[in-house]
Formats: sequence, C-alpha cells, structure tokens
Amino acid sequence: MPYIAKIKVTLRQSILDVQGKAVDHALKNLGYSTVESARIGKYIEVTVNEEELVQAEQICNEICQKLLSNPVMENYSLELEHVE
Amino acid sequence: MSEISVGVVVFPGSNCDHDTEHALTSFSGIKPVMLWHNDHDLQGVKAIILPGGFSYGDYLRAGSIARFSPVMKEVIEFAGKGFPVLGICNGFQVLLESGLLDGALSRNRDKKFLCCQTTVRAVNSSTMFTSLYNADEVLRIPIAHGEGNYFAPPEVVERLEEHDQVVFRYTDAQGLVTDEANPNGSLNNIAGIINRQGNVLGLMPHPERASEKRLGSLDGRGLFESLFRHLASV
Repeated sequence: MPYIAKIKVTLRQSILDVQGKAVDHALKNLGYSTVESARIGKYIEVTVNEEELVQAEQICNEICQKLLSNPVMENYSLELEHVE
Repeated sequence: MSEISVGVVVFPGSNCDHDTEHALTSFSGIKPVMLWHNDHDLQGVKAIILPGGFSYGDYLRAGSIARFSPVMKEVIEFAGKGFPVLGICNGFQVLLESGLLDGALSRNRDKKFLCCQTTVRAVNSSTMFTSLYNADEVLRIPIAHGEGNYFAPPEVVERLEEHDQVVFRYTDAQGLVTDEANPNGSLNNIAGIINRQGNVLGLMPHPERASEKRLGSLDGRGLFESLFRHLASV
C-alpha cells in the first residue's frame, strides 16, 4: 500500500522572502495590524508505492535533499500518511 | 585553421540558446553546436555554454530540473576534465543547482523581474573567460532575471573572495561597487563566480546580448574572445 508524503519546503530564516514580505504588506494594508509577518513556502505531495514506512521515509528524504529543496537556502519537513 | 566547436545546450524552455549561437557565429573559427538536453553525445565540442532562459519553466526552482537532464551528466564530467563550461543567467542557476559552483540564487530583493542594462567589472581578469578585460574597465552588459540574488553561507563567500573566485561584480558607471549599483541584492555585488579550478564560470549578465553594435554594447565580446583565445592556445 502506498504512502503519501506531505512535504513542506520553506526558505531559511536568513533568506529574504520577498513574496512573504509582499503578502505581509498586503495584510497590513487590509487592516490586520496584529499580523507580524508572513512567509511563503511550497507544499508538495508525493505518493510512494512502498510497503514499509522506513523505506518510504528514506526515499522521501532522499528526493527532498536531491531535488525538492535546495539546502543552500531552503529547509524541508515531511509527514507520511498511509493510504488505505 | 580548423574550426573550434563550442556546444550550446538546449533545454526545454531555454530562450537565449539561439542568441548565443548567433553571437558565436560572429567569431571566426568558432562553430556553434546545439546540444539537445536529452542527448549524451557532446559531439567533440571544446567548450560548453549553458544559455539563459527558463528551463522547465523555472518549475520548483530555477535550474533545479534542468540539472537532472541527461546531458548534464556529460557536462559535469566534461567540467571535471577541465574543459571550459560557461553558464549565463539560467545557465548559472543550473551550474549552482548541479554543484559545479557554490551558492544559490534567490528572488531579486525588490521582487521585480529585471530586464535592464547594468554596469559590471571583471574584477578577476586572469581567468580563461576574462583575460582580455582590464579589471578597472566598466562593462555595459544587460541582465534579465527574476532570481539573481546571489547567496551563499558566510564561510563560502569568504572562501570565494579569498581565492579570487568572484569574477564579475555589479558597479556604478564609475566602476565603484556600491549598494545602489546592486540590482538584485546579491551578496558583495556578486554578478559572476568561477570554480576553484578556473574552468567553470557562471554569471547573471548576458554577454551575448552585448556582442553587437546594434544591441547597444560590444562589452560582452571580450568574454567570448578570451575563451576562444584560450581554446585556440590549448
């Protein structure tokens, strides 16, 4: 049975997030004065046809490091969900 | 004298491939060879150019998918053997993604896609790509990118500076490295860097768009000429 990996890729804190900044400004312009900041990342779903959770996890970590994120400027996190 | 073949890689979404080919044809003795991204045969070229554009629509991150195109395996090996590899704009992004150069390019600091003339200096004029430039010379070479904000961890930038691997810097018209002259927020006004071995150069400005009188500047020609002179000498 496959697993669905729910992957979030976000810019490292030290990297200027210009999209997030624009959204932050827009929210303040809308009057949400308590909004402190906004940051934008990517959400990616990958379905992996693996029986074992450990295997699925290993593959997903590998693809996150290889392609889905750039470790120079991004972090990633992933959650695996079993598909019935 | 026989012609020297120079490869121009064509990724789906490259859009400066033919501009680069056009610029190359204006140099006598140089034969541009278009290399399709799906091919493994480098056809005996002596140097490779990764052109500007939007390979794979810039999906995921600029250059990230092109980096895994079949031809890139050969390009990486080619670079490893010491042959010259030049990445222009999106080509620079591909070189960074492939690990042939250090660092990354993020969104321009003012959020805009910038398509304009810039002034740069070849601050290291002792490379095979810049030998015909004078380090004080101010060059007018245009940029056209949304993600050209060069970033690398402090220790990497320090190492690049220490080994003169920063080859091009954005400057004002007088050649001064100022924050106002920095179009995209790049660390240390970095517009182009070279690898430690000195055979892989990536830069954001487009020398092929400054290689003809009617384009408003001839300042990009020095880069190609330096490279071709190097190729003729080896």
